[in-house]
Amino acid sequence: MAEREQKRKVAPQREGGESVEEEPAVTETGDKLKAEMDDLLDEIDDVLETNAEDFVKSYIQKGGE
Amino acid sequence: MAVAKILGIETEYGIVVRNAPDANPISASSMLINAYLGSLGAAGGPPVARIDWDFEDETPAKDARAEAVRLSVAPEVETHLVNAVLTNGARYYVDHAHPEYSAPECASALEALRYDLAGEEILRRSMAAAHRLLPEGQELVVYKNNSDGKGNSYGCHENYLLARSLPFGDVVAHATAHIVTRQLFTGSGKVGSEAPGERTGEVPFQLTQRADFFEEEVGLETTLKRPIINTRDEPHADSSKYRRLHVIAGDANLSQVATLLKLGSTAMFLAMLEDGAAGDPVLLSAPVPAMHEVSRDLSLASPLKLRDGSSATALEIQWDLFARVSRWAESADLEAVGGEEVSELVLGHWEGVLEGLERDPTELADRLDWVAKYRLFRAYRERHGLEWNDPRLAAMDLQYHDLRHGPGLSHRVGLLGLVGPDEVESAVGDPPEDTRAYFRGRCLARFPEEVVAANWDSVVFDVGGPSLQRVPMMEPGRGTRAHVGELVDEAPNAAELLARLRS
Repeated sequence: MAEREQKRKVAPQREGGESVEEEPAVTETGDKLKAEMDDLLDEIDDVLETNAEDFVKSYIQKGGE
Repeated sequence: MAVAKILGIETEYGIVVRNAPDANPISASSMLINAYLGSLGAAGGPPVARIDWDFEDETPAKDARAEAVRLSVAPEVETHLVNAVLTNGARYYVDHAHPEYSAPECASALEALRYDLAGEEILRRSMAAAHRLLPEGQELVVYKNNSDGKGNSYGCHENYLLARSLPFGDVVAHATAHIVTRQLFTGSGKVGSEAPGERTGEVPFQLTQRADFFEEEVGLETTLKRPIINTRDEPHADSSKYRRLHVIAGDANLSQVATLLKLGSTAMFLAMLEDGAAGDPVLLSAPVPAMHEVSRDLSLASPLKLRDGSSATALEIQWDLFARVSRWAESADLEAVGGEEVSELVLGHWEGVLEGLERDPTELADRLDWVAKYRLFRAYRERHGLEWNDPRLAAMDLQYHDLRHGPGLSHRVGLLGLVGPDEVESAVGDPPEDTRAYFRGRCLARFPEEVVAANWDSVVFDVGGPSLQRVPMMEPGRGTRAHVGELVDEAPNAAELLARLRS
């Protein structure tokens, strides 16, 4: 695999104590994505469990493995 | 040189009988599997229900550490429940109170993904078969997830073949950081927390289903005090040459990219380690708290303390490990991990996912389960003005994992496909061609009357003589199509096959 281009990222080692951004890194951008998500939400509204609370309560599993 | 990283996934599925609140999950699981086996018989397929699992070599209590820890609770092997071997080489059985599909041994991560998807398809067909048998109004529904949201977890375990010569201490030292930080892409996402003493409000959403349940760094258990590195020393192969690394810390993924990456990155990492090319291990100061922290850190920016006094984020550690593996891959013999093409695919997705996580994780909604879920839940929450602990979000969380095509939300969020439907279809019935699973599966298909039991490392025949005949398969890379394909295809019966194998 010698031809594989190396795009190694520099991984700076943080020193302890550095402050951490609280803002989630996941951010929604773009109107198109927004419109797609609206369509998806409309679509899944039709298939969502009608009684969420009962469904969640009754979903009980025994531990496994 | 690294031994072939033969690998596979075993998944315990969540199971619910709708409109039968008192249903027993063990009976339900048995019924689900029996319904599937019955449907195969009805379709003229081999009567696989008859095949027993051979428990002769099951030693789940054996510990890879030289000194077994006395307080460890050894897992028990249940022998009385439904236990079938399928013609694709998989084991399909009731484990505790869950249906479990243990995919056949595969020679590459992509192949293992294909057989994991075949497992989903088998579970879907099982649901359909059970539906025909259940009273009107009842339905068996299966979920590919790892927790019920109430503190009960069930596993999705990976297995990797390792050289016995690789000291287990090296595996612990090196693999821990990968298993902890790969949660960035292996996570299936979860609303809330199930960690003792923590309330859902404190953790609105986390990356993984499983992190809450890990309490130890190293250990033998799988059902309590779960360890990041499991020490079960049961290679199901020649134990003088091999180990099997049993990884219990991953989530069950619906995303194909996530499954490929979970398996591919780990297989390549382990092969690099066996090749002596891993460099110095990345040692986390506190792996168990780090496991929880990575899962809870939606900012992806929390530094983890390292034992040398420095610190790094999970993403920085993943970049480091990715760089090591891609450097190793430039000159390594990649046959051990399934060849160049699969390796390119794994490295390409690995790099793409790390870049996406760095830039804007939202980009990865088509590749990572936790991102797909988070994006969807966040939008739903905003639209309806819900708190994170609203039961509607908890319901959606479960429903994401519903395997049925209609209600299963994972089928609607636009996840990228890597394996086509025809390839999944063939994996439902036919075994992988390049491991011993080929021999197991083909013998079952060709000689269903004469195979009386099978196991990962043996097939037992009854050809009418005074005793049963056991064919050991202690080499996972033998018994392939290239090796025995003609023999199995051309032998008119099992007795003749055994005679030809001996000659």
